[in-house]
Amino acid sequence: MSPVLAGVLQLTALVAALALAYRPLGDHMAAVYNSPRHLRVEKVIYRCIGADADAEMRWPAYLRGVLAFSAAGVLFLYLLQRVQGGLPLSLGFASISPDQAFNTAASFVANTNWQSYSGEQAMGHVVQTAGLAVQNFVSAATGMAVAIALVRGFALPRALGSARAGGTPMRTGYLGNFWADLVRGTVRVLLPIAVVGALVLVACGALQNFSGIHEVGQFMGGSQQTGGGAVASQEVIKELGTNGGGYFNANSAHPFENPDAFTNLFEIFLILVIPFALTRTFGKLVGNVKQGYAVLATMGIIWLGFTALMMWSEFAHGGPALQAAGAAMEGKETRFGVGSSAIFSVATTLTSTGAVDSFHSSFTAFGGGIQLLGMMLGEIAPGGVGSGLYGMLIMAIIAVFIAGLMVGRTPEYLGKKIGTREIKLAACFILVTPALVLGFTAASMVLPDALASQLNTKALGAGAHGFSEVLYAFTSGANNNGSAFAGLNADTPWYNTTIGLAMLLGRFLPMVFVLALAGSLAEQKPIPETAGTLRTEKPLFAGLLVGTILIITGLTYFPALALGPLAEGLS
Amino acid sequence: MNNSVRNTARLLGAGLRALLVLTVVCGVLYPLLVTGVAQAAFPGRANGSEVTSHGKVVGSSLLGQRYDKGTDKKGEPVPDLRFFQPRPSAGLGSNRTNEVNTRYDLQVSGATNLGATNTDLVKAVGERKKWVSETYGVPLSQVPADAVTSSGSGLDPDISPAYARLQADRVAKENRLPADRVRRLVEDHTDGRTLGFLGEPRVNVLELNIALKDLTHRQGTG
Repeated sequence: MSPVLAGVLQLTALVAALALAYRPLGDHMAAVYNSPRHLRVEKVIYRCIGADADAEMRWPAYLRGVLAFSAAGVLFLYLLQRVQGGLPLSLGFASISPDQAFNTAASFVANTNWQSYSGEQAMGHVVQTAGLAVQNFVSAATGMAVAIALVRGFALPRALGSARAGGTPMRTGYLGNFWADLVRGTVRVLLPIAVVGALVLVACGALQNFSGIHEVGQFMGGSQQTGGGAVASQEVIKELGTNGGGYFNANSAHPFENPDAFTNLFEIFLILVIPFALTRTFGKLVGNVKQGYAVLATMGIIWLGFTALMMWSEFAHGGPALQAAGAAMEGKETRFGVGSSAIFSVATTLTSTGAVDSFHSSFTAFGGGIQLLGMMLGEIAPGGVGSGLYGMLIMAIIAVFIAGLMVGRTPEYLGKKIGTREIKLAACFILVTPALVLGFTAASMVLPDALASQLNTKALGAGAHGFSEVLYAFTSGANNNGSAFAGLNADTPWYNTTIGLAMLLGRFLPMVFVLALAGSLAEQKPIPETAGTLRTEKPLFAGLLVGTILIITGLTYFPALALGPLAEGLS
Repeated sequence: MNNSVRNTARLLGAGLRALLVLTVVCGVLYPLLVTGVAQAAFPGRANGSEVTSHGKVVGSSLLGQRYDKGTDKKGEPVPDLRFFQPRPSAGLGSNRTNEVNTRYDLQVSGATNLGATNTDLVKAVGERKKWVSETYGVPLSQVPADAVTSSGSGLDPDISPAYARLQADRVAKENRLPADRVRRLVEDHTDGRTLGFLGEPRVNVLELNIALKDLTHRQGTG
């Protein structure tokens, strides 16, 4: 069997597995967020928080919950790293420096998991397991909560939204309860899948212990130091929650994180399963699963298209070093090969994951461009858990707006009018990330300290690869991806601070606009469908949506892409 | 004003309590549960898949290592050609956040991160290709890609079957073994794609070298 055919078969198997999980998981999540009952363990948690989980919140209250919880997360994670030197089980590692601790705390709370540290050289058991891995759960659950709040904004006050909160119908303008959504997403969705998934990974060879750094014998005699860790339990939520922060520096290329070709496909599945299934949840909650299928189709077309392009580019192995080697194997593992690595790299950059099983900086120039473009789309195909769905729904609003302009009709989506306020909020949402990416990249290209961090300045493309490294770093940070063109030395005060800011602003400013939008939608009475209503559950709309996404992203980023990967690939 | 400060403080308090209780659930109970089950059900796997040879632990079957005989005058390690060689390790330093690859140092995983147009990488690939071709007596065109590129983890335990087959004759000669016996050993240690289509065919270098050592011992005593 040729490697290309094997790659196509792996993609087919992945699609089949995702299709099998789509309905059960999507329906489960709809039931979880709609359920009037609390589990016993959840009641205990609410009592500890001191929150009334049945109190309905308007959007400002919901937002305050999100921000307070996330601020507490940044603070706690920062302090945990700063006192690491004095913690037990820290494997003798020192406390993390202030700028790096801020960067890492911002990174994990913002669901980005950009890492300017090297896991096996810096982080002990306590910080990894009780700090970083916890944010892998709760930042993902926060993203899902915000997405569900927006969906409720569309759904209210219709039938399906009314089963919550002890059976009393949800009132106009209310979005649910943040604490309930956060805890339910963690306890009923993420944790059960994580437990099973972690055991699958251990069975295949992923590490799971709390041993200290110890000597292990070597074949030629002597020994080497090696460390233990709760790797499998962190690996599974890192993929499932689209976080991406590796236990080890090599991330999912490390055999202890990703032991074989099966776990590789399993991890890709974990990355994609919730973002795709959330479109089913969305359809269920707005009372028309076909609306969910249209969003799913849009995501699926972009994802498959990007994967096909990536495989083509990597199998063609352009670039003098790869041409000389005979295949694009630099930075790739033998057990995965080119095809499987290409599928992983698209899954990780089209979601907000950023885990890598092969090193993106060593991909072909066009392959690197595809990764960049995937993140620049705003990570909506299928995107991060929660953030993918709300990002895509914002794009849908822009698409119906454009369609409305074409026919001269007030646009509406899912029975809600898209008026001035709604379109302003949607426009603000799509402007935040490009402003952060392009602004910080431009600043880094003129500051001498920042320029010194580029590795690949000797590239034939006369600095094009170096520019790509910087552009990639801010694109990855502001879009909450976290993968790196790791040639850039990002552990400097400038990059730690600016990327940290880009991650926080790129995560929470859009959430402000999403929740404000959700609030304004939730106040509207649904308008009845007429003959003139744009049918947003039809293929035509999915096509319009794909076009809108590509045009908006293209217009925003084409000049920057032309200076980086395009210049390098064509030179 | 006072009111809003108090409200903010109360809200942050709720956030902090939520974080702490979820830390107990996701950061203490969950990893302990997984570790407990993993240690009971798959102790060998959970503890690093260590392999033994002649009663001694010689490494992990999942992690690659080097097979050298000391170093030359410049301090560069010299490969011991009695054993199958792994993929190249660029040896670009010990713990810089970029260019960490490798020398198969277990505590320093990572890739070179060199781009496809990077002149250092172009040069390195050319030199390795020449070395493989001269050492194993094969034409340049037959040198497989994994023999001249470094991996993502810097700890790749495998090489391609093509690279293993290409080394077999020289390894046999160095060990005074019949060439077809060593070639058969390579075939026996070649793993196909998982389930027939996942990943790529590969040869685990450590397991192959352990088997090779056993074979030379048997030949030596028999």
